[in-house]
Amino acid sequence: MDWGSILNNTLAGFLTPTTIAFALAALGLAMHFGFAGLLNFGIAGFMAIGGYGYAISVLTFGLPWWAGMLVGVLGSVVFALILGIPTLRLRGDYLAIATIAAAEIARLLFLTTAFTDVTGSADGLFGFNSRPDGSGFQNSNPIPQGTYGFGPFTYNEQTLWVLVFGLIVLTVAVWFLWALMRSPWGRVIKGIREDEEAVRSLGKNVFAYKLQALVIGGVFGALGGIIYTAAQNISPGVYVTSLTFFIWTSLLLGGAATIFGPVIGAVIFWVIQAFLSNLLPALSTSGILPVSTTQASTLRFVLVGIGLMLLVIYRPQGIFGDKRELTFVK
Amino acid sequence: MSNNEKPQKTTDLHIGDAVPGCKKKDPMLVIDHVKKTFGGLTAVDVEHLEIPSGVITALIGPNGAGKTTLFNLLTGFDTPDTGTWSFMGTSLSGVPSFKVAQMGQVRTFQLTKALSLLTVIENMKLGAKGQSGESIFRALFPGFWKKQDADIEVKAMELLKRFKLDTKKDDFAASLSGGQRKLLEMARALMTDPTLVMLDEPMAGVNPALTQSLLDHVISLKGEGMTVLFVEHDMHMVRHIADWVVVMAEGKVVAEGPPDTVMKEQAVIDAYLGAHQETDLGEVTGRINIIKGEDK
Ligand SMILES: Nc1ncnc2c1ncn2[C@@H]1O[C@H](COP(=O)(O)OP(=O)(O)OP(=O)(O)O)[C@@H](O)[C@H]1O
Ligand SMILES: [Mg+2]
Repeated sequence: MDWGSILNNTLAGFLTPTTIAFALAALGLAMHFGFAGLLNFGIAGFMAIGGYGYAISVLTFGLPWWAGMLVGVLGSVVFALILGIPTLRLRGDYLAIATIAAAEIARLLFLTTAFTDVTGSADGLFGFNSRPDGSGFQNSNPIPQGTYGFGPFTYNEQTLWVLVFGLIVLTVAVWFLWALMRSPWGRVIKGIREDEEAVRSLGKNVFAYKLQALVIGGVFGALGGIIYTAAQNISPGVYVTSLTFFIWTSLLLGGAATIFGPVIGAVIFWVIQAFLSNLLPALSTSGILPVSTTQASTLRFVLVGIGLMLLVIYRPQGIFGDKRELTFVK
Repeated sequence: MSNNEKPQKTTDLHIGDAVPGCKKKDPMLVIDHVKKTFGGLTAVDVEHLEIPSGVITALIGPNGAGKTTLFNLLTGFDTPDTGTWSFMGTSLSGVPSFKVAQMGQVRTFQLTKALSLLTVIENMKLGAKGQSGESIFRALFPGFWKKQDADIEVKAMELLKRFKLDTKKDDFAASLSGGQRKLLEMARALMTDPTLVMLDEPMAGVNPALTQSLLDHVISLKGEGMTVLFVEHDMHMVRHIADWVVVMAEGKVVAEGPPDTVMKEQAVIDAYLGAHQETDLGEVTGRINIIKGEDK
């Protein structure tokens, strides 16, 4: 077994556009679930709307990349409002069901052949990051062509540009959530998580706060989808329900009611993913694991699932959560 | 006991005889034909009721009389089948609960609702009204709310001292005992500076010595011009602090009047005691004997 390459590929998982995308989306779930107590199982839908909003605006409407990204964000705001206005009056578990359904509807709309001209249907969309007319995201890349970094952290100028941009967006998002949660606004949000009626009895418009939280978390999710899309083509096969559960895993790893937890959780998730996806096939090739290489790489998802279960049973507050803040145990 | 002085009672609140539904000189809440049924059960059926301003009114009645349900209806937490009611002249039918609270009519819950994973001080600060940092845009910049927040904290600490919770300031509310949560909830309601505070069994589970001090506090609220409406099963306590007593049974107001006279009414004795009619009401319902002397 080539331990050197396994280690190298594992470390590479630390910092990739995908890791940043996961961190953003997990931050959105922290807003929803960790702080406001809203069970959103449709974060993949928010990501899809962000990514597709960006790609479609650029390809179909010829908008410059930044305007396209704004459209993606606005799309997620509209999605949050459409989802929230009828459902936020429902009890928490019903919101969970509604969000799963809404995310699936969004995905199927992108997948259906009815809108192939715009969405590319099952093939997805490509060619929106670099545009012949110079309005694409990569056309604005200030980094000269070349190879940067060292060892596992070696990137070409295109990936580096996505990383730099993604890290800026992530930093702003982290600051935004931190600034909100230390404020009186954050206090109301946490109060709502604990007991809506009590907060209502103190004269706070609970519904408006929940809607604001849903929109903010949704925008973070959309930004995740946008960063993900800025690094590669977009295809509806990515935004499936299992993506939602991977984001949940990242969130719960780090700690649902924390600011940095979701970010670190996403990093850990991808480092472990990278490690397993290199180790397991290697084990199978060298005959230690009695399964085929393809089976071996699927095995990691089984392990992730088991890991998620162990996590919520033995450390529901996550790695960074306050021990007293057992989010699942009331 | 520390304080056995008889508190100053406000009298002469009503117009005409003290009968159920009688008019008040200065009513704060006026309730008309409010009815609520749960399936076949009529939980509340109040023809007409006025709650006087600036005094302490007790709402009493046996278990299941409809007191909590009436509270829920008046504060917008539940909607009645029929009826109208107004608070300081403004109709409250159909007004959502948070707006009712903003108007100055604030309630507590019989089943305590402490915000478990917020600290005691955060629970308190949440109660304060008109916080600029609660608007999402200003929240981002502490310049808009730092000073106000500090003032709120000072006020919260004063109340917490009064309620003997100041040492628990940074503990999660989840770690408080049942009685302490009751106290926290009452203190938090007072953080809103209510015009009318509606307390659903505020002293249930609170020890007698602290009860005495809190009763003094409630009486001082009245001194500050606050109107108090509270549900309580302990007749000693009711006699001690209430200026007016409303008695409910099976959803209806069966009697009302000043505490001394209303408890002697046959309808009240029937509602409460049934068979044990020769016993004193206070003897049956009292948990504390702080005011033994004055009962005579
Ligand atoms: N949500 C509900 N669904 C069905 N019945 C209810 C509901 N809430 C209250 N009731 C019924 O309405 C009646 C009045 O209840 P309520 O809670 O108002 O009594 P209460 O006067 O507050 O009694 P207690 O002194 O025990 O607190 C009871 O018979 C109760 O069973
Ligand atoms: Mg009750």
